[in-house]
Amino acid sequence: MGAKVVTITSGKGGVGKTTTTANVGVALAKDGQKVVLIDADIGLRNLDLVMGLEKYIVYDLVDVVEGRAKLRQAMIKHRQFPELYLIPAAQTRDKTAVSPADMIQLTDQLRGEFDYILIDSPAGIERGFRNAVAPADDVLIVTNPEVSAVRDADRIIGLLEANHKEPGQLIINRLKPEAVRRKEMLSPEEITDILGIKIIGIVPEDENVVPSSNTGVPVTLMEQSRAGQAFRDIARRLMGEKVPFMSLDDASGGLFKRISRLFGGG
Amino acid sequence: MTGWLSRLLGRSEPAPQQGSSSIARERLQFILVHDRISLTPERMDMMKQEILAVLRKYIDVDGDSVDIALQKRDKNSLLIAEVPFTKSIHNEDYDPSRDDA
Ligand SMILES: Nc1ncnc2c1ncn2[C@@H]1O[C@H](COP(=O)(O)OP(=O)(O)OP(=O)(O)O)[C@@H](O)[C@H]1O
Ligand SMILES: [Mg+2]
Repeated sequence: MGAKVVTITSGKGGVGKTTTTANVGVALAKDGQKVVLIDADIGLRNLDLVMGLEKYIVYDLVDVVEGRAKLRQAMIKHRQFPELYLIPAAQTRDKTAVSPADMIQLTDQLRGEFDYILIDSPAGIERGFRNAVAPADDVLIVTNPEVSAVRDADRIIGLLEANHKEPGQLIINRLKPEAVRRKEMLSPEEITDILGIKIIGIVPEDENVVPSSNTGVPVTLMEQSRAGQAFRDIARRLMGEKVPFMSLDDASGGLFKRISRLFGGG
Repeated sequence: MTGWLSRLLGRSEPAPQQGSSSIARERLQFILVHDRISLTPERMDMMKQEILAVLRKYIDVDGDSVDIALQKRDKNSLLIAEVPFTKSIHNEDYDPSRDDA
């Protein structure tokens, strides 16, 4: 059972699951890991676009599940990283086309060949979420520093617990350090206090993210992007490295003070 | 809450009084404690009324000054009741098992 299956989910929509899946996936591949990304957001596929792979799609996840294509045929190889693959979601079907058991079977077929299988979950707590979480060894819960997103993250934590899954680890995305400093935004410390789970990443709001999804080149590949740095750190923490959290000091960058005391780095 | 982040952010100016983040935190703590035990504020109020009815069999309680609320302390959710009362009912004959008060 080689690969670790990591599902990226959130409850609330639009908080950055797809962005996280793409960037952490690329960061892992850049570090020499064999990675396959699965877009489990059937009907609203997006990960192919963020990865810049949309024009190579022939078959999708539902084609595989329904036996029209072999798993291999639906796996799109990344141009720059030959050991990074994407299995796209179907665009014209709905979530019921796939079952949690299908997802377990599919990932079991991939485990032997890969180091990481990342699953991009749809928003919500319905079938699509259950599909995405069913095969997970680890769950990453993405949230934003705002009331509704944190509330939905708590709901996910409760559901994971009710289903005897591991508790999941938190990613706080779109943090604005200046707003935290002005006390106009919840701090990572307050959010982890409230949710009571381990944190694996803090990703700042970064103006590079939108152009990067325009062009299909994840910010992980931009050395100077702070969000890119945060995603690279998450990838390394997933690999078991103790990476201190970077200081989100002033927006001008520069100061990358590392802080490790609080979260114990991993 | 002067945690690592505020230290980290280097507090260049005196901390601003009450930003909206403290309101966000309070609101979240309130919502989550209810979400977690699936007790809506409405049902919470029903429970409060029933508890009050029981208390009134024994003590003199002013309903308006009673504070019954859910709270989070560390990892535990607690039901905290603060019940100021004026004087107890000294009725030796009263049998609480009979519901005729
Ligand atoms: N750190 C960030 N800085 C700036 N913009 C961001 C950041 N993270 C995500 N975004 C933007 O937020 C939007 C939503 O991101 P994304 O599509 O990854 O969310 P999602 O959780 O996958 O959404 P959905 O629930 O619809 O699947 C996108 O436009 C993305 O570019
Ligand atoms: Mg998405």
